[in-house]
Amino acid sequence: MNIYVCIKHVPDSAARIKIVEPNRIDESVTFIINPYDENAVEEAVQLKKQIDGSEVIAVALGPCAAENTLRSALAMGADRAILISTDSRPDSLVTAQALKAAIEGDGGASIIFTGKESIDSEGFQTMYRLAVALSIPVASSVVAFSLEQGFARVECEMEAGATAVMKMALPCVIGAGKALNQPGYPTLPAIMNARKKKIEHLDLADLDIKKFSGSMEVVELKPAVEVRQAKEIKGPPDTVAEEIIRILREEARVL
Amino acid sequence: MEKIGLLIEIKDGEVKPANLGVLTAARGADHDLHVFLLDGDVKRHRAVLENFGAHKIVDIRCEEGALTDNPACRAAAVVEAMEHFDIHTLAGLASARGKDLLARIAAGLGAPLVLDCIRFDLAAHTAEKSQYSGKTIARIQLRGSHAIYGLRPKAVEAQPAPGRAEVVSLTATCPASGLEFIQIRQQTGDAIDLTEADVIISGGRGMKDAQNFKILFECAATMGAAVGASRVAVEAGWVPYSMQVGQTGATVSPKVYLACGISGSVQHFAGMKTARTIIAVNQDPDAAITRTCDYFAVADLFDIIPRLTRRLRQVQKLER
Ligand SMILES: Cc1cc2nc3c(=O)[nH]c(=O)nc-3n(C[C@H](O)[C@H](O)[C@H](O)COP(=O)(O)OP(=O)(O)OC[C@H]3O[C@@H](n4cnc5c(N)ncnc54)[C@H](O)[C@@H]3O)c2cc1C
Ligand SMILES: Nc1ncnc2c1ncn2[C@@H]1O[C@H](COP(=O)(O)O)[C@@H](O)[C@H]1O
Repeated sequence: MNIYVCIKHVPDSAARIKIVEPNRIDESVTFIINPYDENAVEEAVQLKKQIDGSEVIAVALGPCAAENTLRSALAMGADRAILISTDSRPDSLVTAQALKAAIEGDGGASIIFTGKESIDSEGFQTMYRLAVALSIPVASSVVAFSLEQGFARVECEMEAGATAVMKMALPCVIGAGKALNQPGYPTLPAIMNARKKKIEHLDLADLDIKKFSGSMEVVELKPAVEVRQAKEIKGPPDTVAEEIIRILREEARVL
Repeated sequence: MEKIGLLIEIKDGEVKPANLGVLTAARGADHDLHVFLLDGDVKRHRAVLENFGAHKIVDIRCEEGALTDNPACRAAAVVEAMEHFDIHTLAGLASARGKDLLARIAAGLGAPLVLDCIRFDLAAHTAEKSQYSGKTIARIQLRGSHAIYGLRPKAVEAQPAPGRAEVVSLTATCPASGLEFIQIRQQTGDAIDLTEADVIISGGRGMKDAQNFKILFECAATMGAAVGASRVAVEAGWVPYSMQVGQTGATVSPKVYLACGISGSVQHFAGMKTARTIIAVNQDPDAAITRTCDYFAVADLFDIIPRLTRRLRQVQKLER
């Protein structure tokens, strides 16, 4: 099987985000593999172990520095990688077309894993667009996956602890949720070995991709300011409980 | 008149209350609101939809009758309805189902989509949403022939605007999609949806074990609140992952968030910072949450919460 995994190079969630232009952040912070994409790689690597002769190929669209993030995926067990480089910030319509072009150009997929969302743009949509571009089925927020007689069986997270059980014909796109698996930390030998694995370079500008009339552009970024004046509730436990009830009733009006 | 399509979700036979916030947000002087009902019991839902400003209720069915739960089929039906009524703007709720359905529709149309937005301007085609793990608010410009928006549950408070709505029905074709829906599986009992709850009581490491979460469930039961948790509580196996609030869990915007034994890490905050009022009960006066909340008590949660539950029960009884 040709198992593809889409990897996004994103700022670490622990990093302090500084806005430098109306719509850009200071990119000198630490970048990491998008956390949900780690679950995607882990599932791909597990699947590879089950099916002889499979290969896991990690694909990223991003700046040259995304090569480091692809190395993380290689250290987690991907066999090789493709970097589609660009200094622009493509929206998810363009991203999906670029991923499609790279995957098709590489031989085509038996299955594709992505994360359920990227933690920088919080788009929740690239996998759906990729699936439509390839005319194949898709499911996201997947928390259980298995391969059954040429079908992918998935459980997708719904609200309040419910899941939707679905079956998809292959090839298909799977958007991995956190609860899908527990990605292991790469071992030192795996990290060393990843340095030797091949990363193929493509340029977004060279890809022949479909143009859409629709687009999305971040025109402005503002810090999410928290304007809270923390007030202490003092007194013995009974007084505290009483005051919480007053807040629930009089200020929040939820009682 | 600008036609606006609205996706309405039905849960347990009723219009999910958070949908009424989407209807409220989508109103405009020259907006013609077309409500798409996919689980149609028009008779039952008409009054509430009219009360919140619907102009047209589109009862969507397929040839075999009611639409199936298959999300690919539902998305195709909505696309068909949009084409039929010449609708180019669609808004819905960014709940788990809503996100999936809106993304399928947007992908099918090749249309721009902003999910989990906290505000949208249907005339200017802009939306605001959190980015970078909730650390920034981005204003996004949507361009092209269509625009699709998924509003974060509870981001806009529902306000009635009574009127009359016309009911029309539409029979959609559901093309084969390679995706087969099997069933919905309920993992935990009939828990209240975190993203929809007005009040959330959350427990963290301070809960100490799984048993103690009962204290929170009892308190929540007195006021129809939902119970959430920090990642520490989830990873310790005290409660299921579906209860996790935070960057890698649920993003919630309740009216009140009561954090018990939670330190207030950046990642936890990413999931609940948009709560209207945050109350923290923590033993440590230096815990981060005591600076980022609205109210805090430096106290042992095991002293406070059971008392709170007792008082709430009394109050409820007196009022009945
Ligand atoms: C990539 C990444 C993603 C993450 N995603 C999430 C996420 O989605 N959600 C999340 O929650 N975390 C997430 N985390 C983890 C996060 O960094 C913190 O470790 C976690 O939120 C801490 O949980 P806590 O507040 O329960 O525990 P602690 O930080 O240990 O705090 C426990 C608090 O309880 C108080 N306490 C103890 N006993 C009592 C008592 N009897 N009464 C009152 N107070 C008491 C203590 O004073 C302390 O402040 C993530 C981390 C990373 C790196
Ligand atoms: N630039 C990118 N390169 C590779 N994969 C991406 C990229 N952007 C998004 N993805 C994939 O699509 C998923 C969802 O992203 P998003 O739609 O931005 O929330 C991510 O978890 C990735 O797997």
